[in-house]
Amino acid sequence: MAKSIAAAPVIQRSVKKMSTWQTIKKYHILLLMCLPAITFFLIFSYIPMPGVYIAFTNFKYNLGIWHSQFVGFKNFEFLFRTGEIWKLTRNTVLYNLAFIILGNLLQIFIAILLNEIMSYGFKKVTQSMMFLPHFISDVLVGLLVYNLFNADYGFINSMIRSFGGEGLNVYSNPNVWPWLLPLINLWKATGYGSVVYFAAICGIDSEIVEASRVDGANAFQKIRYIILPQLKGTVIILLLFAVGGILKGNFGMFYNIIGKNSVLYDTTDIIETFVYRSLMTNFNFQNASAVGLYQSVFGFFLVMICNKIVKKIDPEYSLF
Amino acid sequence: MTKVKTAVKAKKVRLDASDRIVRGFAYVFISLFAALCLFPFLLIVATSFSSEKSIMQYGFQIWPREFSLYAYQLIFKTPMVMIKTYGLTIGLTVAGTIIGLFIVAMTGYALCRPDFPFRNGISFYIYFTTLFSGGLVPFYLLVVKYLHLKDSYFAILLPLLMSPWLIILMKNFVKGIPFEITESGKIDGANDFKIFTSLILPMMTPGLATIGLFIALGYWNEWYYSSLFLSSKVDVRPLQYQLYRIINEVNSLKNSVAGANIVVTDLPDESLKMATAVLATGPIIFLYPSVQKYFISGITVGAVKG
Repeated sequence: MAKSIAAAPVIQRSVKKMSTWQTIKKYHILLLMCLPAITFFLIFSYIPMPGVYIAFTNFKYNLGIWHSQFVGFKNFEFLFRTGEIWKLTRNTVLYNLAFIILGNLLQIFIAILLNEIMSYGFKKVTQSMMFLPHFISDVLVGLLVYNLFNADYGFINSMIRSFGGEGLNVYSNPNVWPWLLPLINLWKATGYGSVVYFAAICGIDSEIVEASRVDGANAFQKIRYIILPQLKGTVIILLLFAVGGILKGNFGMFYNIIGKNSVLYDTTDIIETFVYRSLMTNFNFQNASAVGLYQSVFGFFLVMICNKIVKKIDPEYSLF
Repeated sequence: MTKVKTAVKAKKVRLDASDRIVRGFAYVFISLFAALCLFPFLLIVATSFSSEKSIMQYGFQIWPREFSLYAYQLIFKTPMVMIKTYGLTIGLTVAGTIIGLFIVAMTGYALCRPDFPFRNGISFYIYFTTLFSGGLVPFYLLVVKYLHLKDSYFAILLPLLMSPWLIILMKNFVKGIPFEITESGKIDGANDFKIFTSLILPMMTPGLATIGLFIALGYWNEWYYSSLFLSSKVDVRPLQYQLYRIINEVNSLKNSVAGANIVVTDLPDESLKMATAVLATGPIIFLYPSVQKYFISGITVGAVKG
């Protein structure tokens, strides 16, 4: 026994271990191939990171980041005291929850229905139509919403007036939007999002499905007891990843629909629209930076937690 | 003999009432939803072909109350605006897609090489940028103050070249290529880059098509970096940002048809906005059905592993 243990280190020592420098030289071409990407992220992602320091300063553009006056947490104090950060967090999280939950429900629903349809031509045509909203820019989405809901000329108001009613002015009514925005998001994202679920359903072993039919299951039972349980894994993973990003996103849609309409900010301003406006319209670099840092830090912890949960459920799907 | 056969057949194909209900409902619901997806676009097209007078009177309609080509005539009287905008957008899209795709493919291949000791470190380095970010403000300052790229088209071209998600997606595509190919290349004496360009790239066509289209769509629909970095000094803007300006700034609307010598009060505001939107989106609507399968493969391949 003692002999074999003593022998092991000798064997290891006789295998040459390359120094880091030698490894670099050996794989230098692969390293060079990675260099453009490494440089890209260095410049656009890593170098800006220390810039979060701006959140702790009274930033003046001509003084630059490092010479502006340091003020500690004053910017954060202000944003918390005025309730701004709370309002933004509430809006961002609630809208994202609505988008995620409603979105996934409708996507699963559509995927299941699509699976029932036998006609290949019908599937292709309708899928093309359902994908269309995904390919357009957010600018166009804003215009489409304007087309429908504009107080003077909007299609919906024209319809209402032609039936004798009085039009509605959604652009001056903040309370409509918590309902309207999720619907708009459903319109834009469902068709494309249903693809993942549809692919998952197609991947279900057809023998299981056929066996259930032989056993006497009807269509509803088939969906409830065979298809839905098979989707559970996909759903959970997708939901968890979405929740990890719950403080982010949707800037394009919100900014193009709401824009600079401050009447609506109470119920529609999310973190990213506030940051963008603070920077571009108000030139308030420190507030924009403070909220941005808040988003990054809490977002980071959220993703970590969600990833830990995903790891527990199915380690194969965890991000690292 | 025949009795046994029909018995087997009956077991496999059994459509009962519940199937018919579900199937019927599926056809109805999907048709309605698909029509709903299409509907807003019809509204825009119809309005672009409506006379401004009928818009003032009846609002936006699904079919023009009074047909008019006036908005389009205005645009085509001053075609240079549209032509330059299209030219810029196409140029950015082509250049960005070629450069970005090549870098993403190259990086994806290197990071998939099982013998490359740095691959996990570099993958994490790239992936970490999705976990934490410095935010908009430092990024803005970097581009404007330190890289001096304000009002430059490079401020749009560069940030859109690649993203961590695309690199991960590319890795998923490359994983399917066996290591034996690389090994045979090494036996023939080629270096890693030569192996990549001569042996691996040709095998990656579906992955290249998918990711190339994602990058291209990103450039075509780009308006965000334009809004951050292109001031009014810049005449020619990418397509979607031009549309944004026209919708949101009256001056931009006037300037887009400035050469046509129109009295400002005669400007058909609404139909002009819609006509510009139609021209800005037309190509996508015509092209996407033939390429949508690549986007689908992108989601499914990407969904399999994060």
